[in-house]
Amino acid sequence: MGFPDRIERTVEIAHPPAKVWAALTTADGLSSWFGNEASIDLRPGGSAQMTFGSEHTARMRVERVEEPAVFGFTWHIYGLPENDPRRTYVEFTLEPTGDGTRLTVVESGFAQLSADAFREAYDGNTKGWASELGELVDYLNAA
Amino acid sequence: MPPDIEAIAEQVFVALADPSRRAILAALAAGGPATATDLAARLPITRQAIAKHLGLLAEAGLVMAEPGERRRVRYRLRSAPMQVAQQFLAALARNWDDKLDALREHLNN
Repeated sequence: MGFPDRIERTVEIAHPPAKVWAALTTADGLSSWFGNEASIDLRPGGSAQMTFGSEHTARMRVERVEEPAVFGFTWHIYGLPENDPRRTYVEFTLEPTGDGTRLTVVESGFAQLSADAFREAYDGNTKGWASELGELVDYLNAA
Repeated sequence: MPPDIEAIAEQVFVALADPSRRAILAALAAGGPATATDLAARLPITRQAIAKHLGLLAEAGLVMAEPGERRRVRYRLRSAPMQVAQQFLAALARNWDDKLDALREHLNN
């Protein structure tokens, strides 16, 4: 089928890297174009959060902060259950070009799952809701 | 990418391409494990056709047969293959083009 593991886009922006950097790495910047509301702790390992409408919240983990050239974070793969450990890695690279910036975004890891990890997920998931509901019944019986 | 991952995703998409199988999977997702007879009562599909589709779905690992009440076989949806298919769809659903347009517009204002 040839589904992509990575997505890559490059755009030319008529503003210097410092201005683009602020749009990518501050709560004010992110909430202006990416999400509706945003918060960010800008350091490797720091957490960031964005809401999209009232329905969806994306939780990110900041991975790379090299002002004003590289900003990277991981986030959850949209559509998979909250407890699924798989995350994609998003990296923005900013290169100065005269008065502007060449911005590249790469998101990778869509096809990261190994056959072993798959088997583990496969076996682990067969219980799923049945076992969670079983635990609820046990809990209610004990109360 | 290990080839069996693609094969699993393909089986999910093949299963979903057929309206009867889509209805059966949707019924199992919405209502939980069910026998072929339960499904025949709920869906406008004959019991024979449902049994045939359930056999194919079980062979593909998308549903699992398990013992139910009165020695009836019940079928349960397996979510893991769906999650594998979902990760393929995630790459298609991510919309960087619009986001980057929004970024440009934000910077220009």
